[in-house]
Amino acid sequence: MKITQMSVFIENTKGRLFDLCSILGKNNINIKALTLAESHEFGIVRLVVDKAEDAVEIARKNGFIASLAHIVAIEVSDDPGGLAEVLKVLSENDLNIEYMYGFVEKASDKALMVFKFEDIDKALEVLCKNKIPVISKETLNFSKN
Amino acid sequence: MIFNEKFETMKLEDLKNLQSERLRALAKYVYERSPVYKKRIDESGYCLSDIKTIDDITKLPFTTKDDMRDYYPFGLFSMDSSKVAEFHVSSGTTGNPVVSGYSKDDVDLWGEAAARSIGAAGGKAGDIIQVAYGYGLFTGGLGLHYGALKFGCPIMPMSSGQTKRQIKLMSDFKPRILACTPSFAMYMGEEAHSLGFKPENISWEIGIFGAEPWTTAMQNEIDRSLGMLATDIYGLSEITGPGVAQECHLRQGLHIWSDVFYPEIIDPKTDLPVKEGELGELVITTLTRTGMPLLRYRTRDLVSINNEVCACGRTAPRISKIQGRTDDMIVIRGINVFPTQIEYALLQVEESLPNYQIIVDRADKGLDTIEVQVEIDQKFFSDEIKGIEAVKQKIKKSIEQTILVGVNVKLVEPKTIARSEGKAKRVIDNRKI
Repeated sequence: MKITQMSVFIENTKGRLFDLCSILGKNNINIKALTLAESHEFGIVRLVVDKAEDAVEIARKNGFIASLAHIVAIEVSDDPGGLAEVLKVLSENDLNIEYMYGFVEKASDKALMVFKFEDIDKALEVLCKNKIPVISKETLNFSKN
Repeated sequence: MIFNEKFETMKLEDLKNLQSERLRALAKYVYERSPVYKKRIDESGYCLSDIKTIDDITKLPFTTKDDMRDYYPFGLFSMDSSKVAEFHVSSGTTGNPVVSGYSKDDVDLWGEAAARSIGAAGGKAGDIIQVAYGYGLFTGGLGLHYGALKFGCPIMPMSSGQTKRQIKLMSDFKPRILACTPSFAMYMGEEAHSLGFKPENISWEIGIFGAEPWTTAMQNEIDRSLGMLATDIYGLSEITGPGVAQECHLRQGLHIWSDVFYPEIIDPKTDLPVKEGELGELVITTLTRTGMPLLRYRTRDLVSINNEVCACGRTAPRISKIQGRTDDMIVIRGINVFPTQIEYALLQVEESLPNYQIIVDRADKGLDTIEVQVEIDQKFFSDEIKGIEAVKQKIKKSIEQTILVGVNVKLVEPKTIARSEGKAKRVIDNRKI
């Protein structure tokens, strides 16, 4: 299933990431995973949070440029070659990854990776056929709920 | 040296008679050849017979930069465009550029004015001149070129850029005169130093610098670092390129060749003349041009005037360095840029908001840089770097195609561009000029 991620435009100025995270914290939004893509002058923060729609609205109200994106969370076996195995399937099926990053927390003894695909529907189909476990939104909210 | 003794040192009384005679002829000339001026003179309530002396000039209508845009491209010419010798073009405030048509006589006049300017700066026939102004639609390069040709100064028509080559040819040819923008002179000075040249190895003794505003402090810095006398030259393509006014070696203001370019200084709000020495807008009438003569052209440059005869012997009045503008035009590397042009360029890009700020800086080596900050809009936010970079490139291209100067575009978060009284301040000029 698709998981909703929040993406935020951040200028490379002092304290902007702090501003964002503290606003989310004050509004009781829990960050599950985060990655920062950076260029010379700006960055894009991508966050998996427990309430993505609410989080985007809060961020926008506070003057941030934010949007929702659909991603897929995949369980990867936490052994040497675990990620390569998944990537092999994706590559053989011509699935382009736009970006990916890892979770800190785990739902099981497996590692959790987030993927943004060019074609998410095709990706889900391929993953299902190849029996690669995709994590649901509910499972992601494991730690507190 | 004085290039044209007769006109440059003409007694004030004779000069006034000459100006009066030329003004009468000019009024008749444009009345008969330019439908725009005929209409304006007819509507002014005055007729040609009211123009008797140069003091009657205030009875004639003004010409503005907006007229240039409205009658683009050839509507203000007093000559059929097929009879024109060459065209020059500078930036307009929005889409249309400003065109000036020079007849063969106008080109000759330009050469005369630029030759007087080279002489005023201290040049003499036989001095090699390195012309490092751009050649082309911009008047810088060709203006000094025509002047040098008339004066008999061997020309190195370098055009701008190619710094290392400029320095190599300077050290091989030993030109005595350098003509370029002051910021390019500074830049070349830095480069020459880093290549190991000492001021005594630099052959330039005289600099004829213009096309952008600069201070006396910068002038002193160029004098010191390049071991030369840096002088200021003034011109604008509508009137005639560089050579309309020029500092003599005494550098107490720029002599404006008033037998051909008649100056008035007015209060831009009331349109009335200001007192001698007071700051006001420079208004110029081209007394002898034939291709596109202009009556009372509002330059939008703020200067003061000094009518005292200079110790150098020239009777042409002296205008101060440009103290500012009546509009928000900025000059970058010799090119005029209007914030409205940037707004126009942003409107051409679907993804951009016309919410911008222009930051102008002078880099360490003296070259001007321009950064355009544009607020990013929620609508076109892509969560991928490449998507945002693509938008940035698109904006950059649109601006550069409009203003013809390279810019850095920086995307910023919404509402970060400072606004005062609800209106954004469009230009921040950090250059110390």
